[in-house]
Amino acid sequence: MEEAIRRFRLWAERRLPALTRYRRPEDLPIVLHRRRIYIVPTGFGAAFTVLLLVMLLGALNYTNNAALMLTCLLGAATSASMLVAFRSLNDLRLTAVRQSEAIAGEPMVLHLVFTGGDHAHASIHVEMDDQIEAFAVQARGETVVSLNLPTQHRGWQPLPRLKLWTHWPLGLFHAWSWIYPDQSVLVWPRPEVGGPSPSLPADDEKKQRLHQGEDIAALRAYRAGDPQRHIAWKHSARHEHLLVKDFEQPEAQEEWRLDWRQLAQLLPEARIARLARWLGEAEVVGRPTSLWLPSEDIGLGHGRSHYAHCMNALARLP
Amino acid sequence: MKRWRLFRRARQQPLERRPFDLLSLTILVVLGVHAPHLPVWLSLGLALLLGMRWLQRHRLGGRAPAYLKLPLIALLAAAVISHYGTLFGREPGSALAIGLLVLKLFETESPRDARVGAAFACFVLMAALLFDQGMVETILVAFGLLPALATLRALQPARPQTSLPRELLPALGLLLISLPLALVAFVFVPRLSSPLWGTNGNTQARTGLSPDMSPGDFFDLLTDDRPAMRVTFEGTPPPNTQRYFRAYVLSNYDGRTWNRGDADGSPAVVAHGPAIRYTVVLEANGQRVLPALDVPLEAPREGHLGPDREVRADRPVNDPLVYTLSSAPRYQLQGQLDARARQRDLQLPADFDPRAHALGRRWRQQFGDDDQAIAQAALKLFHDGGFSYTLSPAPLGHNAVDEFLFGTHEGFCEHYASSFTVLMRAAGIPARVVTGYQGGYWNDIASYLLVRQADAHAWSEIWLAGRGWVRVDPTAAVRPERVSQGAAATNAATSADWAPTQWWLGWRNRWDIVNQWWNQGVIGFDTLRQHGLLTPFGVHDASEGLLALLLAIGASLSAALGLLWAMWKRPDADQARTAMQLLEKRLAAAGVARRHSEGPQHFFSRAARALPSHRDTLEHLMRTYLELRYAHDEPPADLLKNFRRAARDFRPRRVVK
Repeated sequence: MEEAIRRFRLWAERRLPALTRYRRPEDLPIVLHRRRIYIVPTGFGAAFTVLLLVMLLGALNYTNNAALMLTCLLGAATSASMLVAFRSLNDLRLTAVRQSEAIAGEPMVLHLVFTGGDHAHASIHVEMDDQIEAFAVQARGETVVSLNLPTQHRGWQPLPRLKLWTHWPLGLFHAWSWIYPDQSVLVWPRPEVGGPSPSLPADDEKKQRLHQGEDIAALRAYRAGDPQRHIAWKHSARHEHLLVKDFEQPEAQEEWRLDWRQLAQLLPEARIARLARWLGEAEVVGRPTSLWLPSEDIGLGHGRSHYAHCMNALARLP
Repeated sequence: MKRWRLFRRARQQPLERRPFDLLSLTILVVLGVHAPHLPVWLSLGLALLLGMRWLQRHRLGGRAPAYLKLPLIALLAAAVISHYGTLFGREPGSALAIGLLVLKLFETESPRDARVGAAFACFVLMAALLFDQGMVETILVAFGLLPALATLRALQPARPQTSLPRELLPALGLLLISLPLALVAFVFVPRLSSPLWGTNGNTQARTGLSPDMSPGDFFDLLTDDRPAMRVTFEGTPPPNTQRYFRAYVLSNYDGRTWNRGDADGSPAVVAHGPAIRYTVVLEANGQRVLPALDVPLEAPREGHLGPDREVRADRPVNDPLVYTLSSAPRYQLQGQLDARARQRDLQLPADFDPRAHALGRRWRQQFGDDDQAIAQAALKLFHDGGFSYTLSPAPLGHNAVDEFLFGTHEGFCEHYASSFTVLMRAAGIPARVVTGYQGGYWNDIASYLLVRQADAHAWSEIWLAGRGWVRVDPTAAVRPERVSQGAAATNAATSADWAPTQWWLGWRNRWDIVNQWWNQGVIGFDTLRQHGLLTPFGVHDASEGLLALLLAIGASLSAALGLLWAMWKRPDADQARTAMQLLEKRLAAAGVARRHSEGPQHFFSRAARALPSHRDTLEHLMRTYLELRYAHDEPPADLLKNFRRAARDFRPRRVVK
C-alpha cells in the first residue's frame, strides 16, 4: 500500500508541475502566495457539506424558505471560511532558519523565523516528518518556531521539506503549502566513547607557553588598547615611546596540539570521533587546544567559540 | 520511508474549557429556539441536564459516568413516546434530536466530539424553522449559528485568546460577509416544482376559523391578536363596511352547530359590477380555505371555487401562502335557486327552538311575500329588543336560539348570525351562515390591510328573489362600530380587563409592516415568483437552467470579490522600492536577473554590459537610484518622481543569444 502511494506520488510529481514546482529547494525568504497554496476540504468539511445538502433538500422539499435561507447562509459562511483559510497562509514568510549545536544521532533544535504580512495569521501548523507545531503570527510580527530535526551523520545536512498547513477558521478546509528552504545545517561528529588521551610530544613540555601572570617577563612597545596601569612609566621616561609591562604566568592546563596525522592508524571516521572526544574533554576543563586538519589549521585557543570552530571544521571534513 | 497522507488525523487532545463552554451555549440556544413547541417539563429537564453536565465537567472534570448514558437515552425515548405517542414526525423527531444533542454533551471530551456536536446543533437549529418561519424566529435561529461557528473556531490551536462574548464576534463577521452570497443563492437556487417525498400536513392544533360553527366557538379567536392575513389592493381599497372576507359558507344546521355539509358542484353563477384585484398573504392555519373578499370572481392558482363561491385550497395551508384574486363588491349571486338548494337552505331541525320558529312564521303572515321586510323586522328586533354585544355571554342550553332571543339577549357575532339565520329559515327565506373575517387594520405606511384572528366574524346571507344571495350582518344592528371600526374597537370596549392603550396598538400595527414584507418577500418567494424574477429584464419565464446559470454567475462574482479581499495587500509605502522591483522584473524578463545579495550598482553595471543598447538609460537609472537611496535623508519629491517615471518607461528588449 505504502509503496503504491509512493509510486503515485512520484508519478504526480512528474505529471503535475504545479504541485512540484516548489519541491525544489529555494532561497530564503520564502513567501507563501496563491500559486503555492492548495486547499481541499477536510473529512469534517466533506461531512458538513453532506449535512448542508440534506438541509437544502429538506428545505426545498418542505418549501420552507426560512430554512432555505438559513442553509444558504451557512453554506456561504462555509465557502467564506475557505477564503479565510487561504488568507491565513497567504503572505506568510519564512525569513530565517537558525540552527543550534547538535552532534550526530541527537535531534537538533531548529528555530524557524516566520514573519507576517499585512494581516495576522492564526493557527498555522508547521509539519516536519511527524512533528507538528502550531503557532500564530501577528501582522508584521515575528514568531520563532522550534522543531527537532533528527540527525544521523556529521556534516552538512539539508533541511527537509516542510509543510505549512492550517484548518483555520472552522476546521472545514485543509489549506497547505510546501516549503523547501535551500539551507543546510551542520551536524557535529559524534565523539567516541572512551579511548586513550592524546600522546603529547615530550619536547613540547619545555616550550610551555607562558600566559598572562604576575611576573614581569619583558617590556614591549605600547599598543593601542593596553591597560593604563600596565604602562611602565619609569622605563618609558627614558624612551621615545611608551613601554608596557608584559606579564606572564605558566598555564595551569597544559595545552593539547591535536593533529590529524598522529592518528594515521585509524579510519577517517574513527579519527574524527577521537578528535571530537579530545576536543570535548579539553573544552570541559578549559584546556587550550590547537587542531591540525588536512583542510584547515586551527591555532591554539580555548573557550566555547573555539570549540565550536574546531567541531565545525571536523564536521565539514569530507 | 516517510508516510504521506492527504489528511492527517489530528491527534486527539482533551477538549479545552473554552470550546466546551461554547458548545454548551450552542446547545442552550438550540433548546431555547425549540422551547415554544416542546412540553415545558421536557425543556426544563433538558436544561437541567445541560447545567448539571456543565457543572460536573468544571468542578470534577472528565467524562460523565458511562452508566448514566444508556438509562438517560432510554428515559428520553420514553418521555418522547409518552408525550407524543411516537418517535417519528416533526414534533417528536425534533424533541428526540434535542435530547440526543444534550446527551451528546455528556460524552463530549475530545475536539472531534465537539465538532460533531456543533454540526448536529446547526441541523437541529434549522429544524426549529419547520415550526415557525416568522422573521423574528428566523433571525433568532441565525444568531443561534454564532456559538456553533464559534465552537468550531475555538477548536483550532494557536488562536487569538479573547473573552467568551468576543469569541462570537468573528463568527458574526463571517456570517455578515457571507450574507450577499447567501442572498444570491436563496434567490436563484431552483425550487422543486413538486415535493420529492410526502409533506403530510402537521397535526398541530392552530387557532383559526373552523369549518363548522356553533355559538360561543369564536371566543378563543376573538381574543387572539395574531395576524390572520394581510391584503394589498390594486387601486383604492374598499371601505371598512365592505371588507367582508368569506371563508366558509355553512348551510347545514343541527340545532346546535352549523356546518358546510357535503355540497359539491360547479360554482354558482354571478353577475357583477366592477372588480377589485388584490393579493392576500395568508398565515399558516392548517385549514383548507382561502378567505376571499365578497364575492370572488375566479379561483386563484392555489385553490378552486366551491358551489357557494367560497375558495377552497388544494392543500392545507401549513405555510404562509400568497394568492391573488378578483372580487366584485356589487354582485348578484345565484339569481335562480333550484328546488334542491332551496330545500337545503330552508331546513331546520324540528325539535329545537319552537318560539323562534313561531316568530318566523308570524312574521311571514304579517308581511306576506315581502322577504325584505321580514329581514328588516329581524334586524329591528336585534336593534331595539335590548340586545347587547359581549364576548362573555351567559351560557345557553338546549334551545340555544330561543334562550338567546327571548332570554339572555347577549352574545357576539356568532349568536346573532345563527339566530338571524334560524329566524329567516323559519319565515321561509333561504338563509345561511357565512364565517370569515371582517374589517382589519389599514396600514397607511405600507398600504396594506392587516387582518388579525380577532377580526373573525360571522354573518348571514339570505336569498331574495331577483337579487340572489344578499349579505346581512345582524351584528351591525346591535353594534354598528363592530363593522365600521373593526373588532379592536368593539372588543376593547367590551373586555375592560384587557384594554391596551391606543399607542401600543398603533405601534404594534406599524411594526407589522416588517412581517408583511418578510412574508411576501421571503416566505412567499415560490417557484412562480422565482420564474417571474427576470420580468423587468424582458425574460418572462426564467427556466431552471437560466436560474442555475445566474446562480453560478452570482457565486463566481462573490468568489471573485472574496478572493480580492483575501489577496489584497497594502500597497508598499516605499515607492522607490516598488519602482526598483518593477525594474528587476523587467530586467529578469530580458535575461538579467538580480542575484541574491547583489548590490544595485553591480546589478546595473551588469545589466548595462548585457544590454549595450540600453547602456545610457541604465546608467541614468543607476545614478538616480543611488542618489535617491544614499544621497539624502529625505529624498526630494521630483527625484523620486523622475526615477519612477524612468522605471515605468524602461522596456528592455530581450538579449539575443
